[in-house]
Amino acid sequence: MAVANKKPNESDGPPPYKGPAFSKDQELTAYRDMLLIRRFEEKAGQLYGMGLIGGFCHLYIGQEAVVVGMQLALKAGDQVITGYRDHGHMLACGMDPKGVMAELTGRKNGYSHGKGGSMHMFSVEKGFFGGHGIVGAQVPLGTGLAFANHYRGNDNVSLTYFGDGAANQGQVYESFNMAELWKLPAIYIIENNRYAMGTVITRSSATTDLSKRGLSFNIPGEQVDGMDVRAVKAAGEKAVAWCREGKGPYILEMLTYRYRGHSMSDPAKYRTREEVEKVRTAHDPIDMVRHRIIENKHASEDELKKIEAQVRDKVNNAAEFATHDPEPDVSELYTDVCR
Amino acid sequence: MPTEILMPALSPTMEKGNLAKWLKKEGDRIKSGDVIAEIETDKATMEVEAADEGTLGKILVPEGTADVAVNTPIAVILGEGEDKGAIKASPQQTATKKTEAPEKKLKVDESASPATGDKPREPGKKSAAPPEPPKTELLPDPDVPEGTEMVTMTMREALRDAMAEEMRRDKDVFVMGEEVAEYQGAYKVTQGLLQEFGPKRVIDTPITEHGFAGLGVGAALAGLKPIVEFMTFNFAMQAIDQIINSAAKTLYMSGGQMGCSIVFRGPNGAAARVAAQHSQDYSAWYSHIPGLKVIAPSTAADAKGLLKAAIRDRNPVIFLENEILYGHSFPVPKLNDYVLSIGKARVARAGSDVTLVAWSIGMTYALKASEELAKDGIEAEVIDLRTLKPMDTETIITSVQKTGRAVTIEEGWQQNGVGAEIAARIMENAFDYLDAPVMRVSGKDVPMPYAANLEKLALPSVAEIVEAAKAVCYR
Repeated sequence: MAVANKKPNESDGPPPYKGPAFSKDQELTAYRDMLLIRRFEEKAGQLYGMGLIGGFCHLYIGQEAVVVGMQLALKAGDQVITGYRDHGHMLACGMDPKGVMAELTGRKNGYSHGKGGSMHMFSVEKGFFGGHGIVGAQVPLGTGLAFANHYRGNDNVSLTYFGDGAANQGQVYESFNMAELWKLPAIYIIENNRYAMGTVITRSSATTDLSKRGLSFNIPGEQVDGMDVRAVKAAGEKAVAWCREGKGPYILEMLTYRYRGHSMSDPAKYRTREEVEKVRTAHDPIDMVRHRIIENKHASEDELKKIEAQVRDKVNNAAEFATHDPEPDVSELYTDVCR
Repeated sequence: MPTEILMPALSPTMEKGNLAKWLKKEGDRIKSGDVIAEIETDKATMEVEAADEGTLGKILVPEGTADVAVNTPIAVILGEGEDKGAIKASPQQTATKKTEAPEKKLKVDESASPATGDKPREPGKKSAAPPEPPKTELLPDPDVPEGTEMVTMTMREALRDAMAEEMRRDKDVFVMGEEVAEYQGAYKVTQGLLQEFGPKRVIDTPITEHGFAGLGVGAALAGLKPIVEFMTFNFAMQAIDQIINSAAKTLYMSGGQMGCSIVFRGPNGAAARVAAQHSQDYSAWYSHIPGLKVIAPSTAADAKGLLKAAIRDRNPVIFLENEILYGHSFPVPKLNDYVLSIGKARVARAGSDVTLVAWSIGMTYALKASEELAKDGIEAEVIDLRTLKPMDTETIITSVQKTGRAVTIEEGWQQNGVGAEIAARIMENAFDYLDAPVMRVSGKDVPMPYAANLEKLALPSVAEIVEAAKAVCYR
């Protein structure tokens, strides 16, 4: 849904979604998928605190509606690529939470056999092309995925996610130029969570309406309420249709918010607790779906509790697996450098 | 006084060209700025404008003449009131007709040279010229069956043929870069590819190295096999994050799930008089990186066989070419599918007294030095590394075990250079065989200067190699 002239740093969020309602199945799917990401990330944070996950760990909590909503607009064969805040994208793509968590703990059965870690995971099977640690580097790569679709003449689209911080990288605009020049089926999803690490967008960006960043290349863009999964799906469908019709790239700026710090080691002193609490209470993507489900009687409290228990079990199983899985064999040190 | 029009140098590395066409005839009035002739270089056909006014008094080099050396007088312009009688005796005949056999070319070029034996270039430029292509009797390449017919072609043509053959063979192979299509390649390496394969597979990119290198890697992650041309590797510094962080590391980071089959190619190192920002040798930079293969051929045959191998390789390959070598001709085996193995060095000259290790244009210095050394009774074994990573340590060690002495040659800087790596490997693997410390001949530790004399000093020279080889032989 387009939100004209909406300042992304305003904490009251965009106006409410007025598009078509979700069906019961859609609401329940969205709820389950978003909850899985939320619980998974909470568990990851816990394991990090226990020293079972090392290095950098960037949690997706608060932004779940973006990937879940976009995924609802895709078909098999479409591709997804993102930066380092990538656990949510992997789960939304259908990757096994056990394999993702085992990668976080650096174990043998992690998606990269423990050699990639939080920021570098991939699944050819699920169309997930990473997981990239250099801010903005995924943007030319995602454009290359779109190029491959165009070259092969299939109707797949590629989704390239990046943040408001990456939106200031030069390679983003090099990519925009080529994508529009060659009419590549690339959807650029700017997850504007207002903070590039600790720098609020108004301190890093000369213009803060990031949906307009493609204007000089003639790439259409719109701002979307990234906290409302329905708005995300609707915008996603529009963008996907645009790409599949061969009209070139499309930009979606998702106005979203991360509740946790940039990484586990971020004390988040750059914003107030009140700011976070305000979004949490008024715009939480999962609470909003849950509220609608109850209100529209799509499911009872008990039925939702059952879903919640299933999700929790899944996450606990993943944690259990990831903490008991052995470390990679030492022989793995020298494998897969070249093939 | 009549003014001579000289054969112009139309590129930094041009040494000769063909006089394709005269657009003015004797007796025509000429104004400054008039197009008077067309000259064909190895890169393009260029128009030549008159710089002086007058009457075209005499055409000294007729159209259709091939291989006219730079600075050869090609015509004479008469000023106001002058007549043909003012024209001095025709200068020495400097060129050969196109119809003559190519074998004769070199000979004629030499006869055209001034007494120093160097070919003329732009004024003051000859000092920057690299040594001539080797005349040494080379050992046959073990990969070529005995009796194979050889054809003469330039490095440029060999590279083009390699790409064309692989593009015919595999529809997933495509080439992209700045000016590779319509312009036919900034150095004409992709000449004719657009005509054969069309714009879908021969893609002109905007000037956006970081972007198109990343786009190429993304396409490779999706299973295509891009050949990404950098106009020079100096510009690839803009793209090095994508080459190293995205291309080289992804296979490992994905636990072997997702790799990329991609070739990054283009000229590397010094051309001639293009100064610091266009002259860097990146051999050491790329060969430092696990996950990359790095190739730097010195002959057209190796260029063809190794580029074909690089395109087929399932890993990212850095293919370092050399602008000066583009126009040099070499025998190339006439085989349907000439593919060499990556990672194998070639003993280009057998010898028992000292091992010279070089690659790319360093080989021209090394082979020339081996001839000089032979005159003094020192028989050098010359190893062409061809692939820098993975490095064929075995061939080096085997040779050093025989000779007990080694000199490395590279255009790159000495600190952390490839020569340092070779020296370390020799020390680790053949210490007891060494009769002298390994010596390194390299580019000097300065940004490349522009001035011809300084540029020459900054680059390794035949004399330095001879000196180093004699030093390790205690001669």
